[in-house]
Amino acid sequence: MNSQWEPVIGIEVHVQLATQSKIFSNAPVEFGSEPNVNANLVDVAMPGALPVLNEDAVRMALKFGLAIEAEIAERCVFDRKNYFYPDLPKGYQISQFASPIVGRGELDVHLDDGSVQSIGITRAHLEEDAGKSIHDRFAQHTGIDLNRAGTPLLEIVTEPDMRSAAQAAACFRQLHGLVRWLQICDGNLAEGSMRCDANVSVRRSGESAFGERTEIKNINSFRFVERAVNYEIDRQIDVLESGGVVVRETRQYDADRDRTYSMRSKELSDDYRYFPDPDLLPLQLTADMLEAVKESMPELPREKLARYAQEHELPPATAVRLTRDFDLASIFDKTTDLGGDAQLVANWLLGDIAASLRREDKTYAELPLTAQQLADLVKRIHDGTLSSTLAKEVFEFAWSTEDSIDAIINERGLQQVSDQDELTALVQGIVDSHPAQVAQIHAGQTKVVGFLVGQVMKQSQGKADPKQVNALLRQMLNI
Amino acid sequence: MKPYAGLRELTQGLRSKAFSTVELTQFYLDRIHRLNERLNCFITVDDEAALERAKLADQRLSQTDVPRLCGIPIAHKDLFCTKGLRTTCASRTLASFVAPYDATVVRQTSAAGANMLGKTNMDEFAMGSSNETSYFGPVSNPWDATRSPGGSSGGSAAAVAAGLVPFATGTDTGGSIRQPAGLCGVTGLKPTYGRVSRFGMIAFASSLDQGGPVAHSVEDAYELLRAMEGYDPADSTSANVEPTALPATHENLVIGYPEALFDGLDAEFSSAIDAARGRFEALGHSIKTIELPHVDAAIAAYYVLSGAEASTNLARYDGVRYGHRSGDQNDLADMYRSSRSEGFGLEVKRRILTGTYSLSVGYFDAYYLKAQKVRRLVRDGFLAAFADVDLILAPVAPTPAFELGSLKADPVQMYRQDIYTIPVSLAGLPGLSMPCGFVDGLPIGMQLIGKHFEEGKVLAAGMAYQQETNWHEQHPALGDESVA
Amino acid sequence: MALSQLSLDHHEKAKLSADLDSIISFIEAMNQVSTEDVEPLAHALDLTQTLRPDVAVGGIDRSAFQRIAPETSDGFYLVPKVLQQR
Repeated sequence: MNSQWEPVIGIEVHVQLATQSKIFSNAPVEFGSEPNVNANLVDVAMPGALPVLNEDAVRMALKFGLAIEAEIAERCVFDRKNYFYPDLPKGYQISQFASPIVGRGELDVHLDDGSVQSIGITRAHLEEDAGKSIHDRFAQHTGIDLNRAGTPLLEIVTEPDMRSAAQAAACFRQLHGLVRWLQICDGNLAEGSMRCDANVSVRRSGESAFGERTEIKNINSFRFVERAVNYEIDRQIDVLESGGVVVRETRQYDADRDRTYSMRSKELSDDYRYFPDPDLLPLQLTADMLEAVKESMPELPREKLARYAQEHELPPATAVRLTRDFDLASIFDKTTDLGGDAQLVANWLLGDIAASLRREDKTYAELPLTAQQLADLVKRIHDGTLSSTLAKEVFEFAWSTEDSIDAIINERGLQQVSDQDELTALVQGIVDSHPAQVAQIHAGQTKVVGFLVGQVMKQSQGKADPKQVNALLRQMLNI
Repeated sequence: MKPYAGLRELTQGLRSKAFSTVELTQFYLDRIHRLNERLNCFITVDDEAALERAKLADQRLSQTDVPRLCGIPIAHKDLFCTKGLRTTCASRTLASFVAPYDATVVRQTSAAGANMLGKTNMDEFAMGSSNETSYFGPVSNPWDATRSPGGSSGGSAAAVAAGLVPFATGTDTGGSIRQPAGLCGVTGLKPTYGRVSRFGMIAFASSLDQGGPVAHSVEDAYELLRAMEGYDPADSTSANVEPTALPATHENLVIGYPEALFDGLDAEFSSAIDAARGRFEALGHSIKTIELPHVDAAIAAYYVLSGAEASTNLARYDGVRYGHRSGDQNDLADMYRSSRSEGFGLEVKRRILTGTYSLSVGYFDAYYLKAQKVRRLVRDGFLAAFADVDLILAPVAPTPAFELGSLKADPVQMYRQDIYTIPVSLAGLPGLSMPCGFVDGLPIGMQLIGKHFEEGKVLAAGMAYQQETNWHEQHPALGDESVA
Repeated sequence: MALSQLSLDHHEKAKLSADLDSIISFIEAMNQVSTEDVEPLAHALDLTQTLRPDVAVGGIDRSAFQRIAPETSDGFYLVPKVLQQR
């Protein structure tokens, strides 16, 4: 990137809230159903059908607001956003324009370099999703599926606080982690549960006014946010440097070609004629409701982060990684509560366990290992029952059975050989059968001890404690 | 059987087996078929199903736990969705629309035992005050077939006035129950906004629309209201309040008299209202002169607000999921435009266009927001007046029934038909329209307005008035009175 | 007109433009009333929104809904092909 130019980026994230039913109708929210089987009278905008607000959608919005310590509107209104499109059955979308339920807040974004950036959240408002237009299934027609119509969305809008594509992607990732943490969204990017729009502009370094911006719509992965924004930054710089002007417009990112292109659609009008939806009344939050939501709040990532550093003395980088995922932090908490050593538990969760999950394409929520198993595994390492090699073996078994760690160790005889006589006999056997190496050692080549340790370990199928073996060998060979 | 029998008489007749539900139903259906060609009150008559339901009602009548309105024929304004029977809203766009569900009002009146004979004509999407904007042609006033029955619930009012049905449902946005009731010489009530569920009632202007009864008397209107009202969780604007109850004993009330409203009325009209005033005083009530400000601004504000809401309420008629789709469609934009342009009549288009305009950037503050502010002043004006009075007496419409076609050319004159009813709608108050005399042989009505959710007081005062008068027992000569 | 997706024929255009002046002056009657410091009023009653418990009701009869639709196929509502935006 050209350092004469400074990019300015804000993002808008549409979060599908994890309710059972739609925001204004009691039709089920389900992904992947037959077309139009989850669209009831309200969702197909049957004449005479009326919207009624889902209380859990409100609760989930409030949870988000509380998590970012935002201003909460005690009273807010739903507006109609009017435009014609075939997958918008009423000819308007119910949204919040003038008075969002969640106002100004702050989000701490952890960047890859370990630094933390505070990003302003302008607002978050409730609205309904549209249906889907299927363009490629019929030769002469576009098919309309209204299953998604009415799915509750929380639209989160940030301030234009980001200065690089990496920051924008990190902010999206942070929001993803937070809404999953709060259990208000399943976070499934592939199914469109979260979609990101990025507002991008560039200005000459040192200038205070913003340049003209473009909006890149519907980006559905962290990586694509970074790539789309980078492409757009470069494109705008090219336009400006060649004497052109950036046109305010909506653009779409084509991941296959890694470029953005202009979406000009005459169906979408600019004058949405927002006005309060007369079918709905002002939403007045009661103290009871707010209190109940407050009580339902989980410990937040930033709170956990502070606690991990203090209680467990974990290095900040480790704590940040642990608090990125609600299920990961939960299993960490459960395991340490069961007495597992914090650093060891963290190492396992972020190391071998993370790798195994990745291999099987699973999330921490789907972890086959129980907290008890993990705590016991770590305990047996700590008390010397398991060497690191043995621990990995035990872990592999634990991954696929529900047996306790001790049962696995006993049944499979995986504990370290701790009986002194047995170990001495084992070492003696190796010394006896390797006279040449013993001679080398006596001739001063002490490194060869390592080879003999290896032979003992091999003989013991890894069950001997290498430290003990080493000590025994040195004792026997008088070195 | 008598075509103008009230509910009490019909119920007694059915329960004493003086006649069966089937006979009663057949009687009204015959009357409908004889007179509807002339009056055009009904868009759809459901003979076969009505007679089937009548048979079931006869069985129920001989059992215990008979529902209150069991076997009583009813007609629904053709904007209440009826499962399996078309609901047209008097529009080409819904001319063959069969809703897959019943409106709450339809469900509740059926549960109370009322038997739907058919769907009544109306102004298209309830936009009009003359019933001339119907895609299915205008309704004639039973008192004079060359005149309008008023609108938009003109079909319901005319059907009751002509004795085609003992009572009917209507809806009122700016006067659509009260003005036709007044012009047809029947009784109609617009309840407090929120008392009757709007679920399944096709919307014109959501913040104003309210369903209500049209009947021969206040007593019958009350009985029908009881079946229509009630909190409905499917309607966010439905109010969770106690059902309407009449006061246990007669109360001497203070009735507000907004003098300025009566100024424009001609002499015969005024003297009828004066007589009614006297009657209320004779009943023990006192009259207090009051002021109701901003009436002219109110109708302008109403026009802006109802148009704005309608312009987006009617966006759903796009020819995609139901309703008229034009055959003339090369692309999506064509399909939208042709379907909507063919589907809607001129008045509906006029309101959509003006409504769209008043919501658009640059006009929003001057029109839409200004209208909402005027609305507050109008409502607060009523609330202030109600600090001193219990009820308010007002005219219903500025003239008796006018000649069909006479106002059609001038929309603004047409909108002024609702000058006395609109302020009440903006304020969300209950308004009862009942006959109080005749001008040039045509019935005229008066309006009793109550505080929010005080329908009980309004109705009780109306009932007492009707016990002392017989304006509501006058019926048009239809050349058909020899029947049974 | 674009915003409302309506088109008017000659007769309608003539009629509406003839009425427009009187409708506008009729609406301007609002301006006789001063509304300084008056809050807009959206509903006559000062009620607030009731909320619905988050309970899903399935078993929606798609065929009943689509029986009244102008054009459907395989459960989809059909409209003239929308050109894909690329």
